[in-house]
Amino acid sequence: MADVVLRTGEAFPAVSMSRLRRLWRPGGLQGSEYTWAIAFCSPYVAVFLAFVAYPVFYGLWLGRDPELYFELMSEPIYQRSVINTILYLAIGVNLKMFGALMMSGFFMRRGWWVKALLLIYVLPWAVPALPSFISIHWMLNGQWGLLNNIIYVLFDIDGPGWIETSRWLSLGSVIASHIWKWMPFWTVILLAGRMAIPQELYEAAEVDGATGPRRFVHVTFPLLANLYLVCTLLSTLFTLGDFNSVYFVSGGGPALSTHVLATLGIRDAFEIARPDLGVAVVMSALPLMIPLVVLLIRRLHTTEVAL
Amino acid sequence: VTAAVLHGTAAMAAAPARRRTNYRLRRQLKEAGAMAFAVPLLIWTLIPIYNIVAVSLEAHGDVFTNDIFPSKPSLESFWIVITQGYWYLEYFWRQFENSVYIGLATVFFTLGIGSLASFAIGRMRVRFGWMVSNAALLTYVIPASFLAIPFYRIMGFYGLSNNLWSVIAAEVTFATPYAIFIFRQYGVSIPIELDEAARIDGASPLQVYFRIYLPLMAPALVAVGTYALLLAWNEYLYQFLLLSSKKSMTVPVALAQFLNSDEAPWNYMMATAIVYALPPVAIYYAFRRRMTAGLTMGGVKG
Repeated sequence: MADVVLRTGEAFPAVSMSRLRRLWRPGGLQGSEYTWAIAFCSPYVAVFLAFVAYPVFYGLWLGRDPELYFELMSEPIYQRSVINTILYLAIGVNLKMFGALMMSGFFMRRGWWVKALLLIYVLPWAVPALPSFISIHWMLNGQWGLLNNIIYVLFDIDGPGWIETSRWLSLGSVIASHIWKWMPFWTVILLAGRMAIPQELYEAAEVDGATGPRRFVHVTFPLLANLYLVCTLLSTLFTLGDFNSVYFVSGGGPALSTHVLATLGIRDAFEIARPDLGVAVVMSALPLMIPLVVLLIRRLHTTEVAL
Repeated sequence: VTAAVLHGTAAMAAAPARRRTNYRLRRQLKEAGAMAFAVPLLIWTLIPIYNIVAVSLEAHGDVFTNDIFPSKPSLESFWIVITQGYWYLEYFWRQFENSVYIGLATVFFTLGIGSLASFAIGRMRVRFGWMVSNAALLTYVIPASFLAIPFYRIMGFYGLSNNLWSVIAAEVTFATPYAIFIFRQYGVSIPIELDEAARIDGASPLQVYFRIYLPLMAPALVAVGTYALLLAWNEYLYQFLLLSSKKSMTVPVALAQFLNSDEAPWNYMMATAIVYALPPVAIYYAFRRRMTAGLTMGGVKG
């Protein structure tokens, strides 16, 4: 930005430089202009203070008692939720992002039907979360759901109760639903990243003999690596806070075995009316969240227009 | 001799021809491979959506059968939804109205607050602007569901419980940081000379904002507006926590209430879901290019 301002000085040689500098010196707004700038910022500052800063500090205050954390540690539902959250992040995020990386390569193909397929492929992202997750919930119903009906017609066997019987099947269903909903979104992002790679690079690589997988390893991936990392970090944070997939696909069931921290916090706060415990559940994710946020913000600062 | 020469030229001509057929064959094989990959992908993508449509077309008694295709498809469920002809749906249009109201208010305030802040930070370069940017970045990386419990309590302190404005406040809070990013990224492409020329001609900052900044930012405004609308339309948790009465709740909250009833009328639920999902899908496809451009410009938010 600073060099933009400098160049401007040269672009208007007729206007006295001192006047320009007084108008636009960084942070040097004067009098009524300064008041205007403050006035322009104040709505956002007010929103931030009233709806972010205050809740954050109030939350920290609610979860201040160390006793709460000891109580949580000894609770089997909480222990299971921590493991579920870790699995959900480790498997869900990586499968989704790697899948999106591959899919973005597929959608670089030319041809009308690939373009048409892309339009259909992004549908899960365009459809609001709740209708699709409710639909998946019913689709996975062991007795009447579409999935088991199809399995019965094709293989003549009864499918399992996907979300009613086993913790692992249920968690797997939740992860699959999450991937179904969010992989198209990240594919679109990575597709845009691939399209930004200049064609000449590929041509040069082809002259040097890099084609197929070698082109991907030596040209595409190094150029996409930073974008991929930033997306993965962001996606991890969003997935950590993902409430809808778990709540509507499995509902935490069977027998409260597939809760993650985001849903367990809400359950503790509103279903068993222990807001302090709910806040403690959420706060126990901080040791994971803070390094992620620090890493992400560093990445975003070093590569300014990363995305 | 002539025969040998002829034979020779024929062989010479055949080699590139064979290579060409070879090349074409390989390309066709690749295309076939891509199609073989596309078919499972298509099925994976469409099955849950097919399930919504299929169930919504079933008659009330047919939901609990093992059909893959509705045996007697009918639009009856849609008629029930539109005419509010079921006790769970008695306030459907009122709830739809609430969703629209929240969505439009979110768009308006996100665009207004976000563009004002980004104008002050990016164009007027106000002192401490970086602090506002960092506050936005911090909000952006906090998962919304993690803030829900204190947020709910605080809305009670503000006297906004069971009020649509509490939900609007929540959606605006989580949409504005993204708006500020995109506006600042996009603003870099607008020459600052324009602002200066206007200022030298005596325009006040407010006039520069309305006459120069906003019109030139139109593409970014469309991208962020679409994003904010879809965010409000997608969101469930805050609407569920903050809205409790039947007349003030939104469609997703009402839909989720269906789930908890004893005999969930799945065909009505799915018909409701389709009516609810149509506007955002239409808007998404209408502004798809703009939105993708916006998403890849500054940051990402699911």
